[in-house]
Parts: sequence; C-alpha cells; structure tokens
Amino acid sequence: MRHLIDIMDLSVKELDEMIEVAKDIIAHPDQYAHKCDGKKLATLFFEPSTRTRLSFEAAMYELGGNVLGFSEAQSSSAAKGESVADTVRTVGAYADIIAMRHPKEGAPVVGIRRSTVPLINAGDGGHNHPTQTLTDLLTISREKGKLEGLTIGLCGDLKFGRTVHSLINAMSRYPGNKFILISPDELRIPEYLKYETLEKQHIEYVETDDLEDAMPQLDILYMTRVQRERFFNEQDYLRLKDSYILTPEKLENAKEDLSILHPLPRVNEISVAVDDDPRARYFEQVRNGKFIRMALILKLLEEAKA
Amino acid sequence: MIIGKIEDGIVLDHIKAGQGMRLYNILNLDKLDCEVALIQNAPSEKLGRKDILKIDKLIDLNIDAVGFVDPGITVNIIKSGKLAKRKHLELPNEVVDVIKCKNPRCITTIEQELPQVFRLTDRKNKVYRCKYCESKAK
Repeated sequence: MRHLIDIMDLSVKELDEMIEVAKDIIAHPDQYAHKCDGKKLATLFFEPSTRTRLSFEAAMYELGGNVLGFSEAQSSSAAKGESVADTVRTVGAYADIIAMRHPKEGAPVVGIRRSTVPLINAGDGGHNHPTQTLTDLLTISREKGKLEGLTIGLCGDLKFGRTVHSLINAMSRYPGNKFILISPDELRIPEYLKYETLEKQHIEYVETDDLEDAMPQLDILYMTRVQRERFFNEQDYLRLKDSYILTPEKLENAKEDLSILHPLPRVNEISVAVDDDPRARYFEQVRNGKFIRMALILKLLEEAKA
Repeated sequence: MIIGKIEDGIVLDHIKAGQGMRLYNILNLDKLDCEVALIQNAPSEKLGRKDILKIDKLIDLNIDAVGFVDPGITVNIIKSGKLAKRKHLELPNEVVDVIKCKNPRCITTIEQELPQVFRLTDRKNKVYRCKYCESKAK
C-alpha cells in the first residue's frame, strides 16, 4: 500500500508527473470532475487546520468524491483514548483514502502500520507536511516554468518551520538551486539539515540575518510565520516574532519577476500592502494546493487499485 | 579481586570504563536470576581502563543493544569453561526498545504499546534517529 508521509517518499520523476497532472487539471477541470465518483476521503484532523482540511475536502469534491471525518481531537475517538493505529484501521473500513493531521510527530508512521487504505500525512507537529511542499513545488513550477537553477530565499522561522525543511529537501534534488537562509541567529535551520542535506550534497547556501541585503538576488522569496505553538517559552516568542516583516519598501531592490510565497496563515510577517504587488503569489499558492492534492489523491487511489 | 570462572555464560569485555553500568541497565541484567558480575576500571592494554560484565548463564543477549552502546565491546561465549565463540560487533542499523525518544512532541509519548525504534542515519558520527519523529538520540 502506497502512502505519503514525507516528501522524500516521492521520486523526482513522480514529483514531476504529479506537477504535470496538476497543471492538466487546471487546464481541463471538466475531465477530472468524475474521476473519484463513489470514492470517499476521510479527513482525520486531530489538531485544527482550516486551510489544509478544506483544501483536501475541496480537492476530493472537485474529483467527484465524498468526504467524511473530524476536525479536532475532541470530536474523535482519540478523546476516549483510542490509539492512532486503531483509529486509522477503523476509518479504513469506511473510506478509500485518508488525510491525517496529528500534533504528535511521527503519528502517520504509526498510522500506516495497519492501514488498509492509502494515508496522506497532512502535517505531524513540527515534523513533516508533504502536501504543503507539493503545493510549493507546483507554485514554483508554474511561476518560473522550472524547478532548477533558482535562487531561493527562505525567511523567518527556519528552525521550527517544517515547510522550510521539506522545501529545502525537495528543491535540493533539482540541480543548480541556491538557498539564501534569512533568519535571526536563534531561528537558523537545524544542524542536521545543514550537514546531512546541504553540505553532503554540495549545495550552495548562505546564512544571513539581512533580508534587504539578500533581496536583489532572489527568484523566490519564501516567507514564514514565527509560530507561537513551536515555542516552549512565551518570552522567546514575543522577542522574535516581529523579526522579519516584508513591506513594499523592502521590495524596492527585488527582481521584477520575483515570486513571493508563504505557506499561510500570515500574521504580520507580510504587510497587507504587499498583497497588491503582482509578485505576491501566496494566494495563488493556496489555489495550487487544491490542484496538487487532487493529483495526489488520484495517484494514490490508482496505485491502491493496481 | 577474584571473580570466579564461568562454566557456561557470556563475558562482555573491552567495555569503555564507565559504560558498564549503562550496559547493565540497558540489557536489564538486574532481571536475571543467575550470577552477574560488573567489574569497573579494570586495567586494559587496549583501553587503559575498561569495564567487564560476566553473566553466569547463556542468555539470549541483545547483541544490537551491546553494539549500540559500544561497537568496540567483545562478546565472549563460554561453554563448558572454554571460549566457544568470540564476536566482534558493529553499530546496528536499528535498535528496538533500547533507548527512549526524548522529544516531548513524539508520537511515542502517547501511543500505546509502540516499540521505541531508532535507526542509524550517520555511521561515521554514530547518529541514531527516532523512526517516528526523526529526532536525534541523546
């Protein structure tokens, strides 16, 4: 049974194929409107996430399928103490495919141990969030027409930001990409990512705390939120949360064809005034999230059938 | 100090000084009903000082756990008072229920009856990571 736990579970060839399917869905939505007739997606959200859950649900509805599930642990059997493994196995009796979000890291690895249907990791704590990375890849591919030879600036919380870690891993597999890692010292990328991914593969990267200085070089600027829930200490959060706020002034030296991305939700790290700039692509990125999830659901259901 | 000869049992030799008690605990040797001797700070040509564990019974030894603590440890199997086999170890690719994940956000903190599994991700630097949350073993 094929599942998606980590973006690295997918080969580059598979990533490229899914991106092409997503683009085809965008171009010919009618051709996909009944691909999942009679199929059910279960959304098991042990932690609230409006955006990701609705994106999965919209994706399944647009494929002609149906959706069932829960949106917080309190309304699930987890509140009674049921294990993740049992919940997933039980839901497999009702649904054809599962999208699961869980606050505990590694929960989907436990979920697939006894799962009888494909399981998609819709986020496990601060660990993996592969469908966000798929969304980012589709967005970059649509914006730039390629996934290689790009200078990608990642800004904000690079330590706890799981979307950043997954995106670095994914983009490192395409040749010629360079990373500019913009963050305060306290929120730099983890050592293992630096040594086990970037340096091991001789990928060019720069660490800096100066967003404006890095700006002119960037093809992609990926902004992230400093998340309160990733801190054990409230004072650290308050001290660092406003470190990097993108404003129209900071974009003055940026390339004309820069693409600004953000996994959303935004708090204040991108000024609302930036939204009107044609380079702000984060709401288009949200739309892309639905299309790539459609491609993923199709892929996993087809492989389960085979 | 005199510790008696083993007839049928296991001698774990060349344990780095100070690691003997850790290995004793990891292998749950306190649960055994046979004689077990832990010798600490014995003189060693190879290590200077070393610890030794003698187990007076041919138990089903968790070799992976021993290799995880220190792949330099020598495992001597004694049968009828003689050395029957000497095993040299290497770092195991995976250890199960030897150490616990310290990440408070890991699924192992709440899921029932879930084995604690760590995988070797960097042999050169002896880095093990939790199979579930990928946190580095401490």
